[in-house]
Amino acid sequence: MDLGPHAVFIVMAYAVTGLIVAGLILRAALDHRAQTRALASLESRGARRRLDPSPSLAAGKGASPEATG
Amino acid sequence: MLTQLANPSVFLRWSGAALPAVAAFAAALLGIGLYFAWFVAPADYQQGETVRIMFLHVPAAWLALFFYGLMAVSALGTLAWRHPLADVSQKAAAPIGAAFTLICLVTGALWGRPMWGAYWVWDARLTSVLVLFLMYCGVLALWRAIEDPGRAARAVAILTLVGAVNLPIIKFSVDWWNTLHQPASVFRLGGPTIHPSILTPLLVMALAFTALGVALHLAGMRTEILRRRVRTLALLEAERLDAQAA
Repeated sequence: MDLGPHAVFIVMAYAVTGLIVAGLILRAALDHRAQTRALASLESRGARRRLDPSPSLAAGKGASPEATG
Repeated sequence: MLTQLANPSVFLRWSGAALPAVAAFAAALLGIGLYFAWFVAPADYQQGETVRIMFLHVPAAWLALFFYGLMAVSALGTLAWRHPLADVSQKAAAPIGAAFTLICLVTGALWGRPMWGAYWVWDARLTSVLVLFLMYCGVLALWRAIEDPGRAARAVAILTLVGAVNLPIIKFSVDWWNTLHQPASVFRLGGPTIHPSILTPLLVMALAFTALGVALHLAGMRTEILRRRVRTLALLEAERLDAQAA
């Protein structure tokens, strides 16, 4: 495919966009993994919210309807 | 119904089911959009092959505005109803909006150099989008500056709503001032001025970017809910250990 005399600008635009989007996805995945591990670690040490009857918070199952904290 | 869906635990359940579907939809649309952008769309009669940069630049610009708008709506939810999910939505939207604004600025500069002869001009549209990027940076910095999530959310909400005045300025900057940037060519009263052979890939890419943004926002909100639960549990554990020590 011939992108003409401005090929370098076109390729750079797609490369930079790809890098930024990949960074967003990677950041989201790593952050989620870190929080899931931290939550599991706290639960394994017996930490519970005051009103929380079960430790199944990470999956969002059966948690009390109170707010995010 | 909406109140129930906005309950954090219920949100975790339905978003967990929706997220893979939205992400798959985004990936499929991105594949189709890129195929159209690279192999179907013709070169523009004026811009030549550089029109392919527009398939990234324009959707990124729309998403930059969309996510700031979403933050502003969430900010209202924070200030008016103090809804925790509104705080979470605000926080999750900020880095995504900042990233799309950065894509918009970089791809615009890479298009501007061959077409205008300059990477940057202090044109009203370009400058107002740069201000939007700086607003996003300010919001992200403020989230990090205040430790308590509730207090941070209220401070960020006020900053976000003040910054929202920039959205109509960005949209109408090309009408209010003489700008080098072209006027609206898709969302305008007389209909789009772009030929369907270029408009179609542009809209597919816009839909793909939107689906990607929604998937990232859902993922970000889920992680933020977990982060707050981690914080709460860590504080409770510290209290318990203090009580035991005493």
